[in-house]
Amino acid sequence: MTFDVTVYITWKEGVLDPQGAAVTESLHKLGYDGVEGVSISKMMKVRLQAEKDNVEQQVVEMCEKLLANPVIEDYTYEIEEVIPS
Amino acid sequence: MKFAVIMFPGSNCDIDMFHAVEEAVGEEVEYVWHNDTNLDRFDAVLLPGGFSYGDYLRPGSIAHFSPIMSAVKKAAEEGKPVLGVCNGFQILLESRLLPGAMRRNENLHFICKTVPLRVENPDTMFTNQYQKSDEIYIPVAHGDGNYYCDEETMTALKDNNQIVFTYVNNTNGSRENIAGITNKAGNVLGMMPHPERAVEDLLGSADGKKLFASIVKQWREKHAITT
Repeated sequence: MTFDVTVYITWKEGVLDPQGAAVTESLHKLGYDGVEGVSISKMMKVRLQAEKDNVEQQVVEMCEKLLANPVIEDYTYEIEEVIPS
Repeated sequence: MKFAVIMFPGSNCDIDMFHAVEEAVGEEVEYVWHNDTNLDRFDAVLLPGGFSYGDYLRPGSIAHFSPIMSAVKKAAEEGKPVLGVCNGFQILLESRLLPGAMRRNENLHFICKTVPLRVENPDTMFTNQYQKSDEIYIPVAHGDGNYYCDEETMTALKDNNQIVFTYVNNTNGSRENIAGITNKAGNVLGMMPHPERAVEDLLGSADGKKLFASIVKQWREKHAITT
């Protein structure tokens, strides 16, 4: 079976995000005073051939081993089966 | 004494590292390609700076799955000196041979200049030629050198004297000005500044030479005891 997996990598709470801080400042300069903060994260699309009963396990392994650095990053994911048209 | 310089696709300080060993301290040195799997014939392992695998994803994250890294971990477990500089440091962090992680520099700029470092721990196999609190001038060249670790790790780093070098003026936003740390055993050193680029006065500073000389001195002493 084929799955489309979307992985979101975000900063762990408390880890300074210098890019987010720079963009926050820039938005303030544009007059968006209501902006309290910006966090810049990564989104990855993975198309994966797998069995239905182990697709999630594979995604978690990929995140832990390579896609995220658990020291500074959290991750979430969405798994969607690709229905052949 | 025989040094290995590991070459990853994208390493670009490998020649400087080779030069530092061959010319500055006059020891044997060989390049080792990242697809090799054995480092048993070497006494010390050097991971040079650069952009392994183009720094895609995160610096060091892909290199840590290179075949040679199993041999690097083995060398580290055997107590051999393992030095990672800049991207080499990032690879050591991603491999969990050292604790913590690197973020983008706080000011978001790539920083390329010679900066003063303070020697915090002169009692390691990498720093025995320095004195405590020595100020040494070593070039930095990095975009992701902002060292981070959690409170628990920071306490452990301090308790075990694992902080070896700090920036005199915090260059990149690193926690507690950290420029270089060792593992708990003290035989794996990661540092963002480039000692291999400071081994001759012609280069603007020769302060990095003592780091390589320290490794050689420690090895000679150990070797003399065991033979």
